[in-house]
Amino acid sequence: MNQVVIVGASLAGLRTAEALRDAGFDGRLTMVGDETGLPYDRPPLSKQFLRGEWDADRILLRSHAELSERLKIELLTGARAAHLRIDEHAIELDDGRVVAFDQAVIATGARARTLPAAASHRSAHVVRTMHDSARLRPCLTAGAKIVVVGAGFIGAEVAASANALGCDVTIVEAAPVPLERQLGLVMGAACGALHERHGVTLICGTAVERFEQRSVVLTDGTVLSADHVIVGVGAQPNTEWLTSSGLLLADGLHVDSHCRALTSGGVPVDHLVGVGDVARFPNHRYQSLDGSGAPLSMRIEHWTNAAEMAIHAARTLLGQGTGYEPVPYFWSDQYTHKIQFFGRADGFEEVRVVDGDPADGAWVALYRRGDHLVAALGVSKIRALIPFRQLLLNQAGWDQALHAAGLT
Amino acid sequence: MKIAVDFDRCQSNALCMSAAPDVFEVRDDGYLYVLIEEPGEELRARVEEAVRLCPTQAITLEG
Repeated sequence: MNQVVIVGASLAGLRTAEALRDAGFDGRLTMVGDETGLPYDRPPLSKQFLRGEWDADRILLRSHAELSERLKIELLTGARAAHLRIDEHAIELDDGRVVAFDQAVIATGARARTLPAAASHRSAHVVRTMHDSARLRPCLTAGAKIVVVGAGFIGAEVAASANALGCDVTIVEAAPVPLERQLGLVMGAACGALHERHGVTLICGTAVERFEQRSVVLTDGTVLSADHVIVGVGAQPNTEWLTSSGLLLADGLHVDSHCRALTSGGVPVDHLVGVGDVARFPNHRYQSLDGSGAPLSMRIEHWTNAAEMAIHAARTLLGQGTGYEPVPYFWSDQYTHKIQFFGRADGFEEVRVVDGDPADGAWVALYRRGDHLVAALGVSKIRALIPFRQLLLNQAGWDQALHAAGLT
Repeated sequence: MKIAVDFDRCQSNALCMSAAPDVFEVRDDGYLYVLIEEPGEELRARVEEAVRLCPTQAITLEG
């Protein structure tokens, strides 16, 4: 293995490069990124960076010197991959250049889903890139009327940041509660209530009918005056450049448990790995919901997954692959609250508050599926939540989890 | 091995505490406390995992 090309210059790609170097890989490392600057960290884009507390240098993942001298990465910025030719071991860039590789890492991430109709508004935004966040920042002035469409993580964090800057914020969510897929109805509603506690209006179960120049009209006829609109309706994986590659694409690039890319026939390609937001993998720690006993297929758009999956992908490239079976983790900082979630709630049969109380804005809730603990949610309960991570790693039974919570 | 924490960066996610509870503790006040600033080699693997897991990359190791 002499030449590794990493397509995508964000966290997953960078961490794969680091893991390769840490393991002693001394071949050529080329990283291709479609943005113009150095790789940066995304979580602050809806928080400290958006609020103007941290500048651009502060959110860089690594300095120029670390990238070029310590990691010896050849960084091609402003370059977008256009085609992958697997058999020829070549990646074609959209400017016509061709990059050859012995092994390649597909880490092209995801981009913000947009609502084309939002273009009718005079100031419509998404928040995915540093450029997006920098463009939104000057709009968040005290008294500005802000409508956030979508109460997911980005929407909720942008709403909280705008609220902190003195804006008048309304969130519109089409689903009955925020984060229903991740947390379920009851805990989704409990997290949604945090917005109201801090003076942000949350309208659920109502969709946007249309956008006008200075307002948003909802399906129930409500007209929300809006100086600025932020659309936070999820992300979609960047796989278009792989369309002609012969790889298996369906809501992400499918990889096996060793992060190897799968062909459309389901055969793993040894010299190609996929990592981070773009990659859909089978997590053998969880069972699919169809009762077949197959592992649960996941595509995770969270920081920790990018960081952890990269280590496994690098091991696979070095011929030391081990199965990737994470206990997923995400966190979200909203207002004065820290929401943290370990595991997966898919198919849960019971959720139980074991510490604190949602009415007080601080609690721990555990999720049961069958006889097992499958997930743990903490809101402003950092210390109380942490022990449940180890229980999830150990695939603890429900009784053991309740015992650890002091309930039996 | 010496641990340095950038407390401006630390957001108390406490993943370090999960990886290496003998070394890192987030207390009820919401702040991280480093219990052993120069841990022995027997703790290296756990401390390195704490560094990797930290979502704000606030922990660095020297030596």
